[in-house]
Amino acid sequence: MLILRAADIAPSEITPRELYQRRREFIKAGLGLAAATALGGGVLVPRSAPAATPAAEPRRFDGVRKGPFGSDEKPNSFKDITTYNNFYEFGSDKESPAEYAQAMKTRPWTVNLEGLVHKPKTLDIDDILRLAPLEERIYRLRCVEAWSMVIPWVGFPLSALLRQVDPLGTAKYVEFHSHLDPRTMPGVRLPVLDWPYVEGLRLDEAMHPLTLAGVGLYGQALPNQNGAPLRVVVPWKYGFKSGKSIVKIRFTDKMPQTAWMKANPEEYGFYSNVNPNVDHRRWSQAKERRIGEFRKRQTLLFNGYAEQVAGLYTGMDLARNY
Amino acid sequence: MDAAALQQGLARWRALSNDQVARLKAVLFALCLLPLALLAWNAWNDALGANPIEAVTRTLGDWALRLLLITLTVTPLRRLTGLHWLTRLRRMLGLFTFFYAVLHFSSYLVLDQFFDWPEIAKDILKRPFITVGVMTFALLVPLAATSTNAMVRRLGGRRWQALHRSVYAIAILAVLHFWWMVKQDVTQPLIYSAVLTVLLGVRALWREQERRRQLGGAYLPQVRRGKIIPIVSRRP
Repeated sequence: MLILRAADIAPSEITPRELYQRRREFIKAGLGLAAATALGGGVLVPRSAPAATPAAEPRRFDGVRKGPFGSDEKPNSFKDITTYNNFYEFGSDKESPAEYAQAMKTRPWTVNLEGLVHKPKTLDIDDILRLAPLEERIYRLRCVEAWSMVIPWVGFPLSALLRQVDPLGTAKYVEFHSHLDPRTMPGVRLPVLDWPYVEGLRLDEAMHPLTLAGVGLYGQALPNQNGAPLRVVVPWKYGFKSGKSIVKIRFTDKMPQTAWMKANPEEYGFYSNVNPNVDHRRWSQAKERRIGEFRKRQTLLFNGYAEQVAGLYTGMDLARNY
Repeated sequence: MDAAALQQGLARWRALSNDQVARLKAVLFALCLLPLALLAWNAWNDALGANPIEAVTRTLGDWALRLLLITLTVTPLRRLTGLHWLTRLRRMLGLFTFFYAVLHFSSYLVLDQFFDWPEIAKDILKRPFITVGVMTFALLVPLAATSTNAMVRRLGGRRWQALHRSVYAIAILAVLHFWWMVKQDVTQPLIYSAVLTVLLGVRALWREQERRRQLGGAYLPQVRRGKIIPIVSRRP
């Protein structure tokens, strides 16, 4: 398969890193001020205020190299990426994940790889982080709700993780199971979805070089609300296909029944490739609002990654296999 | 508080002077503007989150629906408490409902779609939740237009009331609009539905009681003199 690389982006163009480091100082200073005001004046600190700062000093990754397929678009701010989240286990609105996900413990953390494999394994997250060199990949993310972002992920090709267990020839699909803990996840107390959150990919989609095992963003470990400590990133599919906080990966020969397919099979299909010509049952997918922009943009087929992934779906009716 | 004390407390509130009602209206007017002021304040301070357009549209829609339900609470509340001046606040609440509905619809047209008419037309025709939203708004227009005293006189009480009963359909459509909009978690629409069910339920209940009373021959003389509008037809 011919895989074309998009023009690499000069580090100077993403520079905000220093700025963002300083920005967190600003936020902290602001929080300190707010806390002081609260103590002094007896005023309540706004409920959403603590969300902007991680509970502990975030872990920064060293030696992250520039990965392929990077977008040259301007990444969204750290704040936008970490305060506007869909992570239904913590609540179905965009603010709840940043507020509640801090309670989720991401150490110790293990991932079970099982099913149709030669060598089933349970891997510790710290070993997973050493499986392959970490890369920065600036990907577009298109949500099924018709908004999008550009995110500088840190991760490595998911194939490197999947190869650890040597899948059997009969394995055709991969299931991703997300963490489930009713004590720390207020959203799972309602049967909004059939918990735990399960997503799935065809094995060739999962092994595709674009598909990422995501472990960080903006050079640091993933904030909990973004799916710490390990998530899937499939940039040519709607965001919900990229499972967060993965604890189990299962290889199967049958198409997985994902949480969203079970919730509403008419609206959420197994493939869920970004496609401006195939509308959601209730809204158009032709356009999207890039977070931070006023006018809507045209949505691109496969979220602009057609060159890399269109070949996976040759001969398939994309309207039927939505 | 026991029932007697409650009655006593209410009694003090039942007899309000015109001045007092006027002052209450001024307070209510300010209160109704508060959500908009808060939204403007948050917009000014960049506190609407990563997707401010969505936040603006949804907040305005939320308040249109909330004010509609508050408007529908006036009549049952008056009947339960005997605070008859509540009715004099109803028009303002109804007009603020319309005010927020106008802003909500404008936010969709301007901020969300930015006058992309072909896209808007497609949305209205193809997306049931938007179709219902636009219908709801269209049905609100004649109610706002006939809200003045002069219009009540021109239409005559009966016809005016018949027209304004469409507010019940509007409320159902508004909740449906919300229900069909949410992706999966219908907790919020469920809450609004429950409130609306109670508000429409007590009306149905009271109407049924009234119908039975009239069938039983209660206050026939008043009905004959036209003082009470009969639910039961006079010529069965």
